[in-house]
Amino acid sequence: MEPIHLHKIDYSILIAYVGFVIGIGWMLARYMKTSSDFLTSARSIPTWVTGLAFISANLGALELVGMAASGAKYGIATAHFYWVGAIPAMIFLAVFMMPFYYGSKARSTPEYLKMRFDERVRGLNAVAFAVMTIFASGISMDALSKLLNQLLGWNYNFALLICSGVVLLYVLKGGLTSAIYTEVLQFFMIVLGFAPVVYLGLKDVGGWGAMTHSLQAVAVNPPALGLKDAGITYAPDAWTSAWTPVLAGSEHNPMGVDWFAMIFGLGFVLSFGYWCTNFLVVQRAMAAKNMTAARNTPLVAAVPKMFFPFLVIVPGMIAVALTSMPEKNYRIPPPIVSEENYTKAIDAVKSASPADSVAAVKAVGDALGTKVAADKIASLVAANATSKLSDTQIKQGLYNSIAENYYSGVILSLIKKYCPPGLFGLALTALLASFMSGMAGNVTAFNTVFTYDLYQAYFVKGKSDRHYFITGKVITVVGIILSMGAAYFAKQYDNAMDIIQLVFGFVNAPIFATFLLGMFWKRTTGTGAFLGLFGGIASSALFHSLTIAHGNLPGVKGGYLHLAREFPSEMAQNFWLAAFSFVVCFTLTLLISLATSRTKSDAELKGLVYSLTPKIVDNNIPIYQKPAVVGVILLIVCVILNFIFW
Amino acid sequence: MGLDIRWPIGLMFTLIGALMIGYGVFKAASSTVLVAGQSININLIWGVALLAFGVLMLAGAVRGGKKPPSA
Repeated sequence: MEPIHLHKIDYSILIAYVGFVIGIGWMLARYMKTSSDFLTSARSIPTWVTGLAFISANLGALELVGMAASGAKYGIATAHFYWVGAIPAMIFLAVFMMPFYYGSKARSTPEYLKMRFDERVRGLNAVAFAVMTIFASGISMDALSKLLNQLLGWNYNFALLICSGVVLLYVLKGGLTSAIYTEVLQFFMIVLGFAPVVYLGLKDVGGWGAMTHSLQAVAVNPPALGLKDAGITYAPDAWTSAWTPVLAGSEHNPMGVDWFAMIFGLGFVLSFGYWCTNFLVVQRAMAAKNMTAARNTPLVAAVPKMFFPFLVIVPGMIAVALTSMPEKNYRIPPPIVSEENYTKAIDAVKSASPADSVAAVKAVGDALGTKVAADKIASLVAANATSKLSDTQIKQGLYNSIAENYYSGVILSLIKKYCPPGLFGLALTALLASFMSGMAGNVTAFNTVFTYDLYQAYFVKGKSDRHYFITGKVITVVGIILSMGAAYFAKQYDNAMDIIQLVFGFVNAPIFATFLLGMFWKRTTGTGAFLGLFGGIASSALFHSLTIAHGNLPGVKGGYLHLAREFPSEMAQNFWLAAFSFVVCFTLTLLISLATSRTKSDAELKGLVYSLTPKIVDNNIPIYQKPAVVGVILLIVCVILNFIFW
Repeated sequence: MGLDIRWPIGLMFTLIGALMIGYGVFKAASSTVLVAGQSININLIWGVALLAFGVLMLAGAVRGGKKPPSA
């Protein structure tokens, strides 16, 4: 795609955002006096801020881009990630788990594990987490630099350096507080930057009803738009109903999952594993100013989270609806093809003879390097033979005839379609903001875990707080440099993203079992937890090596040891892997705990385990602030949303 | 922690809102999109919304009692 020309107004908005973000860091610098201030915000942040930061830390650009892509691929069922997955997990975290995280005064989730179990469990979790955050940060920055390169024509290295530099500036100055405050700024940027695009898109398709109507036609014939392979068809509500197609079975919905994998694999294991234990988000709740604020943080976050599907998933559905309307002159973007390949393909069209369309189609397809729609190529060649088309027209024809969809390009293509200069700058800045905060959030989680859970715990103990304060700053710089390295790694290998997501999945799947048993069963021992977690991660890898998703080849996608089971889709494989791994970890932890003796007494576990901790009495706070009450209300609203889109 | 985040948020959106309103007024032609048969000067309309949001935030910050942070 040709680089877009940004106008002065777009640059002004971008520069304003960057200026404010760095300025916030600068202004907070004077308050950074101890390692606690820098790494954990010393428990001083108001609830609405930690709540919005909580959801914003997770709102990386990969989420924004990915949800629009999934919205196109799977329709409203994508909302399950929110309504079945995230919301219940966030409520559970708020009501049941925050008391232990916050009450234990642990400075990180690995530190909680150390208090509850021992150093081995902490170490395993800390190392896994440290590696994961660096890669997550790197992926974010790679995606951002690629975007700036493709969209604005900036040099990749330059883009990476500048964006990393901006993040470094505000995080180094203001620490976690900087990251949290800019995450709140970023939250508003995203909502206010994307809302007009969604509004214009919905208006363009003719409203929600018209969009639903178009999607019903699409669901019956997805191959026509390149959404699925030939011959596949679904009931009309496959894109517009969240539950019915899933309940009907894995062959009846585009995601290829059954209800059990959805509810247990995604809804329980993966979602609770992420939202309840991942320090990236939990860190924001732990920065709250008191226990009630900490417990309310995930609840405050749950409110906008519930309605986010309309902001991030609906664009994908709009894109599909638009593609099905020929008069709109829009298609889901094809994979990016280099200019030289386009030139080769244009030549192929010009030199093709309309009589031999099969040869023409092959020649053009080879030149482009993608699958092409034979009928569209044939008519393009014929049109060029009758009246000489210009190069631009031929290129447009080629663009429209590529029979592959690059779903990750959907959100950007909608921004380009609807945003005039001005609004374009706003939407682009919103996207940039989310990429940058993806790096900032991960780096602030990394530097805390590294400084406290690795450096202080294993390498250099007993130094003054000033020592760890400076260490925290040094590790911040190191973290950014390592992230840049991870970005280059992701850039080199197309598969890097897949591999990294895979490893996340291996580690994320069993982890919730460890925390669950640790918090709610006092009999769980350190040895049980350690071996259980280790076994859980190993079982993830094993499951992956024995299974494959339909249409994938053995290798990075799995099935390289032996093909024991084929799943209808990658999502199904992931969800079942999670379920399996969770059960293995849970069972191993339970059995090994029973076979080993406890190393900690009841007194030592007070405040760390449910049965040994005095229940929190919520008497002197108004009813609308009581976590349990708010949690129930949110759950009811969530159920209502599920019913509306049944 | 000494900085009421509503100040930077309010200031930034007031500024961006003003920029977009300005563009929407002086470059109305390029600020307009044609959607479903309607011409919408989205920069002007959304600029006003952003400005309103920014002012709301600033009002909250002022009522919060803290003085604007000295640079």
